[in-house]
Amino acid sequence: MITDSEPHASKPVLSLSYSVTNFRTLMDRALTMFAILLSLAALFPLFSVLYMLIVRGGALISPSLFSELTPGAGMEGGGIGNALLGTLVVVAIASLLSLPLGLLSAIYLAEYGTESKAAVVVRFAGKVLTGMPSILAGVFAYAAVVVTLGSFSALAGGVAMAVLMVPTVMLTAEQALLAVPSKMKMAALGMGATRTQMVLRVVVPTALPGILTGVMLALARAMGETAPLLFTALFSDYWFEGNVRAPVASLAVLIYNFSGSPFPHLVKLAWAASLVLVSLVLVLNVIAQVVIKRPTEQ
Amino acid sequence: MANPAPSRSGNTPDLSGAFRSRIARPPSKWQRGSDIAFRWVAHAFGAGVVLLLLAVVIEVMRHASSAIGAYGLSFLTGSVWDANRSTFGVLPHIVGTLYTSLIALVIGGFLGITVALVLSQGFLHRRWELVMKNVIELLAAIPSVVYGLWGIFVMIPVLRAQVASLSKQFGNFPLFSTSLNGPGILPAGAVLAIMILPTVTAISREAMAAVPPRLAAAAYGLGATRWEVIFKVTLPTAAGGIFGALVLGLGRAFGETMALAMLVGNSNSFGWSLFSPGNTLAALLANHFPEAGAIEVSALMYAAAVLLSITLVLNVIGSLIMQRATSGLRGLK
Repeated sequence: MITDSEPHASKPVLSLSYSVTNFRTLMDRALTMFAILLSLAALFPLFSVLYMLIVRGGALISPSLFSELTPGAGMEGGGIGNALLGTLVVVAIASLLSLPLGLLSAIYLAEYGTESKAAVVVRFAGKVLTGMPSILAGVFAYAAVVVTLGSFSALAGGVAMAVLMVPTVMLTAEQALLAVPSKMKMAALGMGATRTQMVLRVVVPTALPGILTGVMLALARAMGETAPLLFTALFSDYWFEGNVRAPVASLAVLIYNFSGSPFPHLVKLAWAASLVLVSLVLVLNVIAQVVIKRPTEQ
Repeated sequence: MANPAPSRSGNTPDLSGAFRSRIARPPSKWQRGSDIAFRWVAHAFGAGVVLLLLAVVIEVMRHASSAIGAYGLSFLTGSVWDANRSTFGVLPHIVGTLYTSLIALVIGGFLGITVALVLSQGFLHRRWELVMKNVIELLAAIPSVVYGLWGIFVMIPVLRAQVASLSKQFGNFPLFSTSLNGPGILPAGAVLAIMILPTVTAISREAMAAVPPRLAAAAYGLGATRWEVIFKVTLPTAAGGIFGALVLGLGRAFGETMALAMLVGNSNSFGWSLFSPGNTLAALLANHFPEAGAIEVSALMYAAAVLLSITLVLNVIGSLIMQRATSGLRGLK
């Protein structure tokens, strides 16, 4: 076996043959083991979270969980029906506000602005909004809607969430629109289509899977957000009855409120709500993944 | 929609048949009009995104202006938050934000870069790389409030059992000077580390993948082992991108709200002990806004403006670093 300290070498020469006992090889092996162990350790919290959700939250899953109102302090029974409905209402309001803005600004960026200075500014604004802490969206909605209308409301919650959804929708949709081959655009223009016809009938339908992926990811992110709802939509122990100017319950705020509760039953409901919320978010993520797969298979 | 039949000289072929078919004809007046209208709508919505950002900044500043006028810079250096006496200072919250974020950055940054290495340097089979990448992305999909709940019922009890002896034996060392009685800086920082891990991993993985393979190949050809290549070629070349990933991770940590509001303890004083309760700017907003009176709301808006400025600056710096790091590698490919 040749090692680094061969007697015939006047000065240390690196060996070309592989040796298991060589310090450099051992070091290499040790670092590899260390890195893989650390990576597994990094995954441990995820499995712990999922385990706790299924064990603690799964215990309460039943039809009445989804059909009943949140119980008052110290009461047994009840469910999270109003919070689930409230989350859907707020997310629907946010989608109504954010999707047109996000999609049309993406069309502007990809088709009209491209590399112009104005487009660079718009893109920069989008990136800044993406990096903005979610609670600041809540602060904005509080200042713009709650103060103006004089009360906490589902509408304010929707506005806060829309602020968070717009940049995600815009930046992902722009990428999807840019991925459409320019040949297709040229062909459409060559056939005498106006730019608008080209965008709406060729570019958008082709880019649709990518756009939908962005929308799904934005929805998933919005659904889990708590901070922007705390002081905009607030919470309500009753069903949403169509009044967007009244406070509304949401899963996320329910989890926050009940997590610090001294009543064990409310803590259990918080776990059940977490399980429902995480399931919703994961389903949206999976749909996004499946939708994005489609164009690559074509 | 009538199409005017073009009158043509005798030499050119008769194209009127083509113009009569549905696919190839010049746009009608309505189509031309709607084309211009749509272009204006798209431009307006593009401007709308900029206006949205401006509206956020202006609304926060407008509502903060009375507090800015009343407290000025002493707001940043004051350490008492008492709504009853209308005394507001955010120094403990700024320090708490920095402290928890730094803990998160040390733990999450180290783990994140290690995971990025494992995912990008051919340690695993392609298939397992993909599985692990998706699992790490799942970490980012779990809502902040669920991490908070998990932190209260899993992280804090586990940490309390582990650190009880630390504070007993090394009680005179400032970092361990108090015992962990529940929420505190360390559990908050640890959960925050888990939350920034996906950000750090994803961005630094991209930076490592952007290192031209022939640089690594050259080092391998000289007889370097895998980790020698990583330490002497990959990491130095990707350093700019990795640094950008850490800055963006820090930006995320500064703005993270719910998990911290649930785990940090919401004490409006500050201690150096890892186990003492503290507070952060975002957690302050989350806990005080719902029940604040008019004067406190203005002070909270001032705190929001401080948070907004810090995260804006960090994110811009992070993006600039990323831009320079990726453009610097372009010549090597």
